[in-house]
Amino acid sequence: MTNLQDSLLELIRRTSAEIPDDVHRAILNALEQEKKGTIAESAMKIIDQNIALAKNKSQPICQDTGSILFYVDCPANFDQLTFADTAREAVKLATKKGYLRQNSVDSLTGRNDGTNVGPGSPTLHFHQHRSPEITVRLMLKGGGCENVGAQYSLPDERLKANRDLDGCRKAILDAVVQAQGKGCGPGVLGICIGGDRATGYEFSKQQLLRPLDDRNPDPKLQELEDDIVQTANKLGIGPMGFGGKTTLLGAKIGVLNRLPASYFVSISYMCWAFRRQGVVLDSNGNIQRWLY
Amino acid sequence: MIQLTTPVSEAAIRALKVGDEVAITGTLFTGRDAVHKYLHEGGKLPEGVNLKDGILYHCGPVVVKAENGDWKCVAAGPTTSIREEPYQAQVIRDFGLRGVIGKGGMGDRTLKACQEHGCVYLHAVGGAAQVLAACITRVRNVYMMEQFGAPEAIWEFEVKDFPAVVTIDSHGRSLHREVLAASQAELAKHL
Ligand code: SF4
Repeated sequence: MTNLQDSLLELIRRTSAEIPDDVHRAILNALEQEKKGTIAESAMKIIDQNIALAKNKSQPICQDTGSILFYVDCPANFDQLTFADTAREAVKLATKKGYLRQNSVDSLTGRNDGTNVGPGSPTLHFHQHRSPEITVRLMLKGGGCENVGAQYSLPDERLKANRDLDGCRKAILDAVVQAQGKGCGPGVLGICIGGDRATGYEFSKQQLLRPLDDRNPDPKLQELEDDIVQTANKLGIGPMGFGGKTTLLGAKIGVLNRLPASYFVSISYMCWAFRRQGVVLDSNGNIQRWLY
Repeated sequence: MIQLTTPVSEAAIRALKVGDEVAITGTLFTGRDAVHKYLHEGGKLPEGVNLKDGILYHCGPVVVKAENGDWKCVAAGPTTSIREEPYQAQVIRDFGLRGVIGKGGMGDRTLKACQEHGCVYLHAVGGAAQVLAACITRVRNVYMMEQFGAPEAIWEFEVKDFPAVVTIDSHGRSLHREVLAASQAELAKHL
């Protein structure tokens, strides 16, 4: 895989500087929905200008270039160790080139060595599949929106949320109200019903890899996704929490089994600066095509 | 769009209401967590930093040195302001600030300080690092770089038409509080 490092570098550059098409369409749609002359419309206009400017200058859309999360689907004989080493090198290089901010801090000493490489950074998730294809997805998830993620353990008395889909709905909408003004909305929710505390959050993030305009294979969940977006957009929170029509651009829900004793609803919030891209690689590590 | 030029008079600030859009021209100083804590603990402002009738920006910019030695700001979006809530009221009072720019809004103590001392909270569009950096026409200086590091240092920016929205005014109104209450009431109808 001689060209792997170059390909990963280009993946990082493009992820940091360019909003994927599905998200851009949703943002343009939101801009159109907002009432003319309102501060919500102004905010959406600035967001749209920012997207264009970042792309033209090939510079980070937002200065918080976020947690660096790789999701790799690969065949069974794939050398994950070499891939991981190459990915870390690509991250260092991308940081030097300014595609990524020096964004990774030692939690105990507060020291930032400026490389973005350290325990947990970047994070790599490998999934084996029965196909020769190698796909690499990258998500850069900012801190402001990560901070408003939430995990509910049902039943929740305060919310009168029971262990059913209606209880999940109450928890999710509560998270939307709590997040207002904080995570740079309008945002997208990745949600996991079930799992343990760790797998629940993890799976909720993976939902953000789904294109915004896809359909959930489970009609009941599709209905809930639609309902969450429609209801959230009636609350009047709007872009940046300024008041307005678009609070959410999307919601994606996945389900994991749970223990009889647990019922978690885990919610990851993604800001409008939704940076994710993906590539399919050939056996030399060249980019064959882009995924979003 | 209301033009604000620094230094800002108290009268210009008192004329602003929640929801007003402003375009700022003049000087902005950045200050975030380290600076607020330092000032709160009695630290002195370095020579050259004058916040009187000025505007403070909660921002950790990405600034690079050009070949000719000049600084150039390449990304400058706002950071979350609420972390400065324990300190902001005191900083407004002691240094005579007329405006604070950030994102996400601030709490009751800052609101009260705005009312008492004639200051406003200005919300910039979070994440709009490129648009906002483009409004910075010059990086005039940097202070306390050694002590706090680049993102936390005090940067002195010359800006032109820097866009922001008044979300806390000097008359006791907060858009954040109003939207929160209205959204909670609306949600109750949909449960
Ligand atoms: S929440 Fe997103 S858009 Fe806002 S500052 Fe963080 S990364 Fe940027």
